[in-house]
Amino acid sequence: MDRQAIPVLTESQKMEGRKFRPSLTSRRKQDQTAGRVLFAVTLLPIALVTLITIGLAARFWPILKVYSFWDLVSGTVWKPQDGLFGFWPFISGTFWVTIVGAGLAIPPCILTALYLSEYARQSTRAIMKPLLDLLAAIPSVVYGVWGVIAIVPLVEKNIAPFFEKYLGFVPIFVSKNPTGYSILSGGIVLAVMIAPFIIAVTYEVLMTVSEGLRQASLAVGATQWQTIRSIILKQTMPGIIAAVVLGATRALGETMAVLMVVGNVPQVPRSIFDTAYPLPALIANNYGEMMSIPLYDAALLGAAFILLVIILIFNIASTLVLQRMLGKRWV
Amino acid sequence: MDAHIQIKNLNAYYDDIQALKDVNIELPRKQITVIMGPSGCGKTTLLKTFNRFLELTDKTSITGEVLIDGQNIYERDIDVTEVRKRVGLLAQRPFPLPMSIYENVAYGMHIHRMKNNRNEYRKAVRHYLEVAGLYDEVKTRLTNPATSLSIGQQQRLCLARGLAVEPEIILGDEPTSALDPVSSQHIEGRLLGLKEQYTIVIVTHTLRQAKRLADYVIYMYMGEVVESGPAKEVFNNPKQERTRAYLEGQF
Repeated sequence: MDRQAIPVLTESQKMEGRKFRPSLTSRRKQDQTAGRVLFAVTLLPIALVTLITIGLAARFWPILKVYSFWDLVSGTVWKPQDGLFGFWPFISGTFWVTIVGAGLAIPPCILTALYLSEYARQSTRAIMKPLLDLLAAIPSVVYGVWGVIAIVPLVEKNIAPFFEKYLGFVPIFVSKNPTGYSILSGGIVLAVMIAPFIIAVTYEVLMTVSEGLRQASLAVGATQWQTIRSIILKQTMPGIIAAVVLGATRALGETMAVLMVVGNVPQVPRSIFDTAYPLPALIANNYGEMMSIPLYDAALLGAAFILLVIILIFNIASTLVLQRMLGKRWV
Repeated sequence: MDAHIQIKNLNAYYDDIQALKDVNIELPRKQITVIMGPSGCGKTTLLKTFNRFLELTDKTSITGEVLIDGQNIYERDIDVTEVRKRVGLLAQRPFPLPMSIYENVAYGMHIHRMKNNRNEYRKAVRHYLEVAGLYDEVKTRLTNPATSLSIGQQQRLCLARGLAVEPEIILGDEPTSALDPVSSQHIEGRLLGLKEQYTIVIVTHTLRQAKRLADYVIYMYMGEVVESGPAKEVFNNPKQERTRAYLEGQF
């Protein structure tokens, strides 16, 4: 019906002879407004991420007019005073620490998730799950302190000498660094930090396997372990990989705990016992200082931009995979 | 009667709810036994005690004995995988394993290392697909994923997969309830053909299917076996009032 055809009536006239009130009462208006406001507030974080990305790119721009993007990314020397801005030590350092961390975390995390989803009783699960989730609530600076007190000395006094003695011929295990502040220390701390997250997501992925499928395998006399190996892992592999990648994106961006144990020397690492200087540490340590050096600001914000883009790409890719696997469960 | 499965003083519990109450029955060898009764009466629970599937659910417990050829499958030192190899299961709806049609049938045989070489496996896969009445439909695409089959075909594939580990007993938990009438008929036909070699136990809630398949009938109500006996006797001349009521459609 044509809207304009409705004549303007007073409140009492509107109600005359009608069972229901006309739709636009003040209550309804309130409801509509509330919906719109909530929507706007929800949009805010998305707008923020977009604006931050654009902002970083804009501040990165000045240095790109002087050096090409490729020169910056592949440059291995970082001497801002001399106008040398090579990002490669930081980019490679980031990946070294992340890969070591994820590598250490993957096997125990997957085994834990398998135990929880396949073997544990309901009651065991009810206790273990919250405990594991609790690990994620510990502040990263606490992990950093733990790393400095416990892990760095352990790497220095035990792990590095052991590897030097028995596996010294393998390039990535060569130890030239006399301190324990190293990629391995950073990796160990990271592994513990991302573990609860990888376990939780892997567990969710494993729970998507229907009970009927497990029983189909058990019904022909397979053991639980055989069922896990040939059915469950096979069925859920894409999801488990995505869970690990999602965990790795957390490791990529982790700043505090890593910065405290990794040594922070701008060099391209060659071994897990070398020091490294990941991107987040570079930014956190230097932004706001020595800003009078030309292009320094642009270089640091460029580093932030690169970090953000790397994390966004990994994060979006793994989230897409997980969304497909978990469907409605993934909220 | 030559009993293949004997059940003595069997009680089953979910947490503290009793699902089976003092069940004492015998199931005849190489015949089709149909367990019927209204939903929630314990049919499926009883069936799950035959291949020790009940223990897959948390907080279940059992007292009493389930004897297969005189041996209690709940004895301490019994290997549960051996029980499940000897007692196959056709589930309510098909669950093809995430692998090819061929690998689905070979799966159990591989697990138990039942054959010596590739050729023997190939022959066996073909044989059991034929027994399940599926071979002609899939022979040109054995390497396709099993999920590419129709639901009815998938259920026959599951039958072939179960038969391939050479069980003596086949359990069917409403094995046609998810299928269309033609596929159901197909499965029923296969089961009737298989009873010469296997002891078959089917749970069903459709009386007509029970009448088509059953040689022997168990009627359950509220966790108890009300009546059991040869199909003709129970259907034509039930001894218990409750059985009569069920057969006349009062549930």
